[in-house]
Amino acid sequence: MTKVPYEVYSEEVEALSVLSPEGEIVNQDLMPELTDEQLKEIMYRMVFTRTWDDRAVNLGRQGRLGFYAPVSGQEATMVGSVYALDKEDFVCPGYRDMPQIVWHGLPLYQAFLYSRGHQHGGQIPDGVNVLMPQIIIGAQILHAMGIAMGYKLKKQKQVVITYTGDGGSSEGDFYEGLNFAGVYKLPTIFFVQNNGYAITTPFSKQTAALSIAHKAVAAGIKGVKVDGMDVLAVIKAVRDAAERGRNGEGATLIEAVTYRFRPHSMSDDASKYRSKEEEAEWNAKDPIVRMAKFLEKKGLWSEEDTARVKEEAKATVNEQIKKAEKTEKMTVSGLIDSMFEQTPKHLEEQKADFQ
Amino acid sequence: MAQMNMKEAIRDAMRVELNRDPNVVIFGEDVGNVGGVFRVTEGLQKEFGDERVFDTPLAESAIGGMAVGLGIQGFRPIAEIQFVGFIFEALDQILVQAARMRYRSGGKYTSPIVFRTPFGGGVKAAELHTDALEGLITQSPGIKVVVPSNPYDAKGLMIAAIRDNDPVFFMEHLNLYHAFRAEVPEGEYTVEIGKANIVRDGSDVTIIAYGMMVHTATKAADELEKQGIKAEIIDLRTVSPIDIDTIVNSVKKTNRAIVVQEAQKSAGVAAEVIAQINERAILHLEAPVLRVAAPDTVYPFAQVEDAWLPTPARIAAAVKKVMEF
Repeated sequence: MTKVPYEVYSEEVEALSVLSPEGEIVNQDLMPELTDEQLKEIMYRMVFTRTWDDRAVNLGRQGRLGFYAPVSGQEATMVGSVYALDKEDFVCPGYRDMPQIVWHGLPLYQAFLYSRGHQHGGQIPDGVNVLMPQIIIGAQILHAMGIAMGYKLKKQKQVVITYTGDGGSSEGDFYEGLNFAGVYKLPTIFFVQNNGYAITTPFSKQTAALSIAHKAVAAGIKGVKVDGMDVLAVIKAVRDAAERGRNGEGATLIEAVTYRFRPHSMSDDASKYRSKEEEAEWNAKDPIVRMAKFLEKKGLWSEEDTARVKEEAKATVNEQIKKAEKTEKMTVSGLIDSMFEQTPKHLEEQKADFQ
Repeated sequence: MAQMNMKEAIRDAMRVELNRDPNVVIFGEDVGNVGGVFRVTEGLQKEFGDERVFDTPLAESAIGGMAVGLGIQGFRPIAEIQFVGFIFEALDQILVQAARMRYRSGGKYTSPIVFRTPFGGGVKAAELHTDALEGLITQSPGIKVVVPSNPYDAKGLMIAAIRDNDPVFFMEHLNLYHAFRAEVPEGEYTVEIGKANIVRDGSDVTIIAYGMMVHTATKAADELEKQGIKAEIIDLRTVSPIDIDTIVNSVKKTNRAIVVQEAQKSAGVAAEVIAQINERAILHLEAPVLRVAAPDTVYPFAQVEDAWLPTPARIAAAVKKVMEF
């Protein structure tokens, strides 16, 4: 019989990082292979996402959007993680993860329609491999595992990424998903954006584990911790995980340590549970500032570029929100007809009350 | 035609569909090698391989979620929840995720899933192995609920459920798995989901039942017939959606009805049937429609199970009450 050591993995895990907050490369070995054009594209997407978030918060205040979860501060995890994947890979987001599915192909006006409570928001175009954001915190983790099972059964090389937060890592579905993916060696990437708070509950009250990445050990999958304010480190971690998945080496749990600059949603007050000092500390790690410094030193980016992208983003958001606003409204009869392939007789009768 | 019990008929349906459609996959706890704790899937892994029929870790929510994910991938999953009382662990995936996939994706993705589960009392099983939870499922929009009462229906309904592009919750009564054999055609045939069956003609009263209660009602009807009362028995076969036309046509003929369900009395399938009879046929009624059901308690430990479940005597008493109203 094999002797099982009584000690389990209990070391603190250092988060992978590539860039320092000053934009210096601190770990050349981890630098992902990216062309100058790709580096600029990544920067473009992060600036665009920040501007979109600013605009969305304003649109929300004006009543032009419905449910909206702010994303500022998490651009490195959101933009970087999907950038590391192929178009054919599948994305299963949680409620805050709209940028990932937009950058993976969902038209922006549909994201706005979703926020405005319109069904067409979820009518994802063919060839765009995403689900709409999931409200039940851990449910998408299981869908990702199931979709990955599909790829495995079909013997296709795609991988599936799914997102949740530090709070989501406490859900039963999280553990069930990791465990299934471990047993079946599924090409799944479980990407946890640990932004320090589940609404208001701090990470210290979320788990007694040393890190979320440690939780991979129990499922027999690989666990990685990455600096979530460092887009290059995120890309490296996800690319490695995707390669493992494609090679049949199974699933990876990635914990990305990040911070959301704004509150959880449009309706809570972060000052009640976060200190100014903490916010200042994380502001100094802003993923956009860090990447800009790095690119400026390489002569690939300037303040003018940032200003230009902001203008482009504003114009795009305005045009796309108008498109969403002009889209024909949902109807109750349309809703009834979307329940089943063939609307049963009793629902046909109920429909008549709304025509 | 072959003689099969209900368990063999359900297995035969799955075999037919595994052969016909490469996208059909079966999974759940213990369904592979041994063919499930009731052996409903026995032999299927050997015949179709462990990529088509496979065991899962013990986790109901993940079984449900894997079904949803595979549905998105174009598969037709048949997911077994080992005992009905364990579906609570999977209800988010069954009722929230699978049942609203078509709606929330605007038709882009669907959930062509069959969730199979054994249920049903009278077998002295452990706690939470037998509860009749169909009322809970039927109250949720977007999923069909099938409860067969005999081998022929079970096979035809199972094939229809597997081919359905929407999720179907398929409840298999433990007491009927081996209760009796009946003629079941070879190969493929379907029984339409949402269509009830008149299993006994009668002129005096309509008894609406489903699952095991069809047989309990038949025993009551045999007794009543000796006393000169001719009961018509309708087997719902599908409790969501309910085939109200068949019920209304019968009530127009008999002018009296009772509804029998194994589940606890309040807010269940029987209540829904009665509400619909009231909406559509109240002027044809000579008496209020009564329910025969279990009392509104938790499903009891085995000692009082037989008394707790509806009996032929209670059904006959209810019939007499509406006859004498």
